[in-house]
Amino acid sequence: MPYPVIRLASVVKVYGTGQAAVQALRGVSLDVVSRDYVAIMGASGSGKSTMMNIIGCLDVPTEGKFLIDGIDTSSLDETQLAVVRNRKIGFVFQSFNLIPRMSGLKNVELPLSYAGVGSAERRSRAEAALRLVGVADRMNSQPKQLSGGQQQRVAVARALVTAPSLILADEPTGNLDTKTSHDVMGVFDQLNAAGRTIVLITHEHDVAEHAKRVVEVRDGRIVTDHRVAAPSDPPPLLNRTGVRP
Amino acid sequence: MSPIQVIRFALAGLSANKVRSGLTMLGILIGVASVILLLAVGNGSSQSVQSAISSLGSTSVTILHTQGSASSSSTTASTAFAEPKDLTVQDAQALESVQGVASVSPVVSASETLSNGGSSDSSVSLTGTYSSYFAAEKDTFSQGAAFTTEQVSKAEAVVVLGSEAATNLFGTANPVGQSVLVAGSPFTVVGVLASKGSSGLGSADNTAIAPLTTVQDKLTGFGSLNNIVVQAKSSTVVSSVQSAVTSVLYQRHNETAADADFQIFNASSVLSTATSTARTLTVLLGAVAAISLLVGGIGVTNIMLVTVTERTREIGIRKAIGATPGVILAQFLTEATLLSVIGGILGVVIGVVGTRFQIAGVKPVLLSFSIPLALGFSVLIGVVFGGLPANRAASMRPADALRYE
Repeated sequence: MPYPVIRLASVVKVYGTGQAAVQALRGVSLDVVSRDYVAIMGASGSGKSTMMNIIGCLDVPTEGKFLIDGIDTSSLDETQLAVVRNRKIGFVFQSFNLIPRMSGLKNVELPLSYAGVGSAERRSRAEAALRLVGVADRMNSQPKQLSGGQQQRVAVARALVTAPSLILADEPTGNLDTKTSHDVMGVFDQLNAAGRTIVLITHEHDVAEHAKRVVEVRDGRIVTDHRVAAPSDPPPLLNRTGVRP
Repeated sequence: MSPIQVIRFALAGLSANKVRSGLTMLGILIGVASVILLLAVGNGSSQSVQSAISSLGSTSVTILHTQGSASSSSTTASTAFAEPKDLTVQDAQALESVQGVASVSPVVSASETLSNGGSSDSSVSLTGTYSSYFAAEKDTFSQGAAFTTEQVSKAEAVVVLGSEAATNLFGTANPVGQSVLVAGSPFTVVGVLASKGSSGLGSADNTAIAPLTTVQDKLTGFGSLNNIVVQAKSSTVVSSVQSAVTSVLYQRHNETAADADFQIFNASSVLSTATSTARTLTVLLGAVAAISLLVGGIGVTNIMLVTVTERTREIGIRKAIGATPGVILAQFLTEATLLSVIGGILGVVIGVVGTRFQIAGVKPVLLSFSIPLALGFSVLIGVVFGGLPANRAASMRPADALRYE
């Protein structure tokens, strides 16, 4: 039995101390296996952002364990966590979070730079990732010269260029209009169909419909865990958008 | 990540805000340029003082007549008998027999007005002495020659002019053989000295030198000499001549060091005093410049703190996609160091160019060690003053940095 890609085991996260202490997560356990496509849903304040921080190795649990590819993150220091983020996780953020004044290509190359990949390989891999998400023609443009949808595609390319175990998307369509949202979600469907493990954090049902499994979080606990399709199946809405990335 | 990559990221960071980077570099530039320039000015002034003093003659010892030091120390019995005595021609003659002495020139001096009988006249320092004085003072002649020992003993009315005095009275004409009035008495010009330049206390060229006997006879009277210039046979015996001369004079005047009525010094002792004064000046100028470099360094810290705060979100993104704290630290340290090093290099260029110009009457002389010193300090400033902001960036928590608006 291989390791699940991620495993949260009775994770508790407390912010602040004493009287001001806030329990953001009150004992969350969740396994996500390879090729799965999971949407974590919840209103603001439900604890889903905290889950995203812990799954993304941006933060560590107060209690309980978080493992990614079988690696226990609680014993890692900041430098080791940075390496885990670099190798295991590809982030896609709501506000795209491309670095300004750097071309799309350079943005996609950046995680490979931090991984120590040489410049020629960096460039070819970044170009391949940009082609895969359909923005290869705009790769020399700076982020401010790109539309929101194009920026988010570049961000997706940056997330997958290191071939991570997990693509973690935090409200990836939150800043996009409906049409562009569909296009971007189509990209995620394609990536999952190609074998990528994806975790979406969202509060939109439209977005959650793309996933094979929907987990609902409320007040720091998982309240429902609904399986739509098996991890090995194609994503439920694949090609329904009618747009190939 | 390769160092080239780190430098490329740092350059991109700096070029993001060119005006701000430029102004910060300007602070370092001014600091480095002023270190180089002010040290060069200090060095230049010390060298010009040294060359002026060494032109006085390194083999001569000067005995300067002073008055009344005896009255201030009346506690001992001997001081009652030690009335200040005149420095006399007999004293000078007695010194001629001292071992190692080449010549002795008694000197009287006065400030007198010179006139060519026509419209132009000028005030000069008039020296009455023996012909040996010219050799002791290392004087050279541009025209004519010194007066002779015979002319001294006959008290002839002849005079040697300094170059500036000659120009003032006669312009470009040859003064030799012409007549000048010194305080109304006619003297015949026999020679003109070559220019000696400024000694720091007015021009050494605005002078007139005449036989001692003539000057005493016509102008100053036969009182005390102002000083005696003793020329040693070589520079190696100067200090032994100085101490021998001192003891002879103590004996003749019946005095001790406590109540001496003369001061004795040679050019090398003046030189060492002047050198230490000039060194103090150089250190002082260097300290002022170092402070301006320090202020420039604080400017680097300030601007890097602003930069780090502004780019908090970018730092968060970089950390999220795998930048380790070490890489972030390196990036911002490199930015700070590039700021100060580029500023430092420009400062060296401007400082070196600045030393080509005369500043406040001083020709700056570049101190070769000041360039690596200033550059080294600018690197150090980048690392030290960039350390705090870079460390702040490196230790940011990625989750917080990403949320920063």
